[in-house]
Amino acid sequence: MTEPLVQVESLRKLFPISKGMFRKATDFVHAVDDVSFAIRPGESLGLVGESGCGKTTTGRMLVKLLDATDGTIEMSHNGTRFDIAHIEKDEMKDFRGKVQMIFQDPYESMNPRRTVFDTVAEPLAVQGIGKPNEREERVAELLTRVGLTPAASFLFRYPHELSGGQRQRVAIARALVLGPSFVVADEPTSMLDVSIRISIMDLMLKLAEEFGVSYLYITHDLAVARYMCDRIAVMYLGKIVEIGNTETVLSDPKHPYTKALLSAVPVPDPSYKRPPVEIKGGINKAINPAPVCRFLQRCPIATDYCRENDHPPLEDKGDGVQVACYLVEKKSAPAPV
Amino acid sequence: MTMTDSTPQSASAPSSAPVLEVDGLVMHYETEQGDVSAVENVTFTLNHGQALGLVGESGCGKTSVAMSLLRLQAENAKFLAGEIRLNGKNLLGVTEAEMRHHRWNDISMVFQGAMNAWNPVYRVGDQIQEAMDLHYDPPLSKAESWEKMGETFELVGLDPSMLERYPHEFSGGMRQRAVIAMALSCNPQIIIADEPTTALDVIVQDQILKEMKKIQADLGMSIIYISHDIAVIAEVTDTIGVMYAGKLVELGPTDEVFARPKHPYAYLLLSSTPSVTGPRRKLAPLEGEPPNLLNPPTGCRFHPRCPFMTQQCVDEEPPLTEIGQNHQVACWNWDQVPVTIGEKLP
Repeated sequence: MTEPLVQVESLRKLFPISKGMFRKATDFVHAVDDVSFAIRPGESLGLVGESGCGKTTTGRMLVKLLDATDGTIEMSHNGTRFDIAHIEKDEMKDFRGKVQMIFQDPYESMNPRRTVFDTVAEPLAVQGIGKPNEREERVAELLTRVGLTPAASFLFRYPHELSGGQRQRVAIARALVLGPSFVVADEPTSMLDVSIRISIMDLMLKLAEEFGVSYLYITHDLAVARYMCDRIAVMYLGKIVEIGNTETVLSDPKHPYTKALLSAVPVPDPSYKRPPVEIKGGINKAINPAPVCRFLQRCPIATDYCRENDHPPLEDKGDGVQVACYLVEKKSAPAPV
Repeated sequence: MTMTDSTPQSASAPSSAPVLEVDGLVMHYETEQGDVSAVENVTFTLNHGQALGLVGESGCGKTSVAMSLLRLQAENAKFLAGEIRLNGKNLLGVTEAEMRHHRWNDISMVFQGAMNAWNPVYRVGDQIQEAMDLHYDPPLSKAESWEKMGETFELVGLDPSMLERYPHEFSGGMRQRAVIAMALSCNPQIIIADEPTTALDVIVQDQILKEMKKIQADLGMSIIYISHDIAVIAEVTDTIGVMYAGKLVELGPTDEVFARPKHPYAYLLLSSTPSVTGPRRKLAPLEGEPPNLLNPPTGCRFHPRCPFMTQQCVDEEPPLTEIGQNHQVACWNWDQVPVTIGEKLP
């Protein structure tokens, strides 16, 4: 097996709940709690879950927009390895060339007073790459590759002159201009209309291949994750509860939460009858959570064993799928023929 | 109940009577740059107990239609033609005072994002009562209206004691349920639900859609669902209308339209919707972007993006024509659209 591109180990993020200016916080929201996963080169991992499950917080720690409370994020780049969670200030500029982010809202993520060229060329200017005329060439080439053609007609437009889909293409060009090997994409298509969404998703898949980029693709939409990602990780209240090959997880979900989440997704086929959703209610915040299974309160199959023991570890349950549940039996390997 | 002869019978069981008929509705927005043709010649019928879905992308006119039905359209909107008949009475011809009586009593609405519109400093029950005080004639006593509210809260799966609480004590899903309870509070015949679950997580969405389906069946209510999410529409409606650039391009029984969409736009929309079920397939992107309605394309408004485009589509506007049992399509070349979803197009 190849060495992973990104290896996340026991990552945690606690947000203190402020009790006033001079009082020390005693309560914490455990937004991300002991999360571990790996992304192999060229592979995309989908991070799915309901709002508040910690998927965006995880993504932001991976690009160092948030500092981790605990844990390591090892990344290998051109043969060297470094820990994103413990980058020094003077290494940040270098780091930004390796890892980039695409944000959800293309209307918010761009400076309205800067042209497309300014937006896409800024990372080059910051990193001191190329002379101004070379930068223009590089930006024009990227615009062509993200489908904004003819590039010359887009270079000096302002964001308000672009549609949502076109803006997201600019955001993708900006993320790729430094040639990163890893991009965190946080719901990049959820603000777009259906007819535009597929062309942006197809573009991202095509560029992943051409540029050799891996994505951490954050989404609440399982159908989108299925289209975009080789592997999928389901999060619940700061924990990964199931992770594995996308098709394997979606065709045979093992964790009771994954099952419920999957059966709640509406299907664009009136003749399809979904299985009933076994769980009720919404997600709470994990404020100083008890050490038991995070899903206990909503779990339809919980037993006394679940109530008396710690949150279950993420374990291999066969088919290469890891599940954090005591009640999921390990599938034995098929007997050799 | 009167039936006007000019209205084509829309998709539904032929025996049921129409409660609402939208007939040739044309609505434009006046702007400094010119007229935006937001709703263009839209015709459909809503029968008693029917669930009709309007789908389309942002800017296709679906919310403009919804707002017109309640005459809550924006100030720069003007109706140029058409009628909206509630039980045979043209709502575009009545006075504002009369219209106010029809709102909430006959047609109520669950607005997009309404769950965030609760006033944080009043109890939820008091806010619903305010609406009931304005619309019940003769007015109900306080005890009567709280009893009525308790009933509607139970209908939407909320404990009646929650009426005494403030909005911040509700979760997002509960706030949306309370909005639906408010829409039910004056016993309307029709509810218009504009993206009723868009901001909610799927598990809560599933619960609320089930609740709404049950209410619709139990109370014999007619509902117009408006959504960009065709999967949601597939689950809750029996008739679907697909809108594109201000026009209704396909109208028919939901099962039929999803199994055999005949308008190229509806076909491509279904082909480009990812699903968690069925074989994993390559989705067909819709090329281009929706047109600017300040200056809509000639002929068929979809022609610049349509793979079946001919000269006729540029020159002439296709009328909504009956092509099957209650199934109408506005396309010159509908018979060329493939039978199965996801096929390669010209």
